[in-house]
Amino acid sequence: MDTGLSGFIKKLPLQAQPLIRLKEISSEVFVISINRNHDFLPGQVVAVTTDFSIPPRLYSICSGNKEKELSILFNVKHDGTLSPKMAQLKKDDTLFVSFPFGAFLGDDKPAWWIAAGTGIAPYRSMLRSGLGNNKTLIHGGRTTDSFYFSDEMTAFLSDRYIRCCSQQSGEGLYNGRLTSWLQNQEDLPLDHLFYLCGSAEMVVEVRDILIGKGVDIDRIMSEIYF
Amino acid sequence: MEKIALFGKAPNELSEIVERLGMQEFSAKQIAEWMYKKHARTFEEMTNLPKLARQKLEEVYSVGKTDFSNVQTSADGTKKYLFPTTNKQFIEAAYIPDDDRATLCVSSQVGCKMGCLFCMTGKQGFQSQLKAGEIVNQIDSLPERDKLTNIVYMGMGEPFDNLDEVMRSLEILTSDWGYGMSPRRITVSTIGIIPAMKHFIENSESHLAVSMHTPFHEDRRKLMPIENVYPISEVIQQLRSYDFGKQRRISFEYIMFKDINDTPRHVNEIARLLNGLRCRMNLIRFHPIPGTPLQSSTDQRIMEFKDALVKKGIRTTVRASRGQDIFAACGLLSTKERIKMQSPDF
Repeated sequence: MDTGLSGFIKKLPLQAQPLIRLKEISSEVFVISINRNHDFLPGQVVAVTTDFSIPPRLYSICSGNKEKELSILFNVKHDGTLSPKMAQLKKDDTLFVSFPFGAFLGDDKPAWWIAAGTGIAPYRSMLRSGLGNNKTLIHGGRTTDSFYFSDEMTAFLSDRYIRCCSQQSGEGLYNGRLTSWLQNQEDLPLDHLFYLCGSAEMVVEVRDILIGKGVDIDRIMSEIYF
Repeated sequence: MEKIALFGKAPNELSEIVERLGMQEFSAKQIAEWMYKKHARTFEEMTNLPKLARQKLEEVYSVGKTDFSNVQTSADGTKKYLFPTTNKQFIEAAYIPDDDRATLCVSSQVGCKMGCLFCMTGKQGFQSQLKAGEIVNQIDSLPERDKLTNIVYMGMGEPFDNLDEVMRSLEILTSDWGYGMSPRRITVSTIGIIPAMKHFIENSESHLAVSMHTPFHEDRRKLMPIENVYPISEVIQQLRSYDFGKQRRISFEYIMFKDINDTPRHVNEIARLLNGLRCRMNLIRFHPIPGTPLQSSTDQRIMEFKDALVKKGIRTTVRASRGQDIFAACGLLSTKERIKMQSPDF
């Protein structure tokens, strides 16, 4: 069992919160919502668990910072202990949640937001917090149902929203890996910031591509699923 | 059916097993002694166990020690050992002899999730956690095992991202029923996962090394994504809340990058951050890896940096680069070429 880094966030104060809603937005991918009791900055994370016998894990907030509810996005890991339990929760069940923290923060400067899978979460929070102008979102996924919140993203970002689908093809999708799409870009906006969010594999591979294409490391911000 | 490995289990776990097999209770202690003190690799060697008991063990369990599958030797005497893991992956361990010291740098994970910009292990992503037995096996199965004076958890992986198994491995190494090593011969290195670090400090006596690499938040989060979650200033603040006594050591690892973290401004900020904390700094030459824009500071700059820190009252050493020609030096361990890549989600 991989209890992982966040498996030992035991000493963060966790607050009991009744669950408002659990919505399956794609196969085994859920948005969980609770009341927002703290201010937060878009891009921050919370530590979450269902009970104290299960070590909490970190999840990026995917809701806007002015909304009444605080939401997180998660997918079910069958070899995990927490996410299968979270997927079984019902309205008013208790969730234990830390205060928001973290420094992977959005701002109003021009940027590319690059995500794989549920790594879209912090960008949705940034978008819903009013930071979506002058942003381009590049989202990678295996299948056509991997592009969570795509209606919302399309409505706001229009042609600044690129979906890279590695295992299926579909209308409006780039058929190939996110890294292939990036490799094919001839002129990256080197004066932009580049935000990366996803697995360690994705982050290191994308970071190498960006650096290889002349992006200064000072312009690259990374958040890894720890 | 794959046999369950006993190597890595504590006496209480072995007791449950021998009870289940109908063996005498004291057999658990005997098995532990054979595995950890006498370095037995088969049940057949455990001659004070009845033959029937050995046969029963053999049916369901294995001792679980694994021979290295490859070794490379550097011109400077450093050796890099390749060990297979139970799930058919590979890890590396670096043996570093130096006069009257012999240090083994062990791995705690296959790959790493931390994604540090300067680290070769990070380039392969994360594959799996090591069990305590797989961590200790790197020591027990080492041909130079009896020459070892020091163990450092600075190989592949972030030890505190595999805290349970790392703590179990430390218990095996330092317990009377295990190897009986002094915890002061062991150093565990971390990039600063605060909750796990606190658990380690409170439940172990071994030394702690923290990878700093720059004292500035904005710069460090570009080098080390963990800074977004656990800033170095917070790590140091947490360290201040503990009394480490006179024997237990805290050190900070600092890889020297040309024009990135080697200026007087960095010296001043390090001095400010560490003010009053009893610790030492280890300066490390950067060993370039493919695709990284970073370069090592010159030897002259490193010595100047060291002198400047010493003048600020910080005990500072420069770590010798060892095993660079066989990619065994700091930050170069990797088994990426041996990974059967799974389909990525991007």
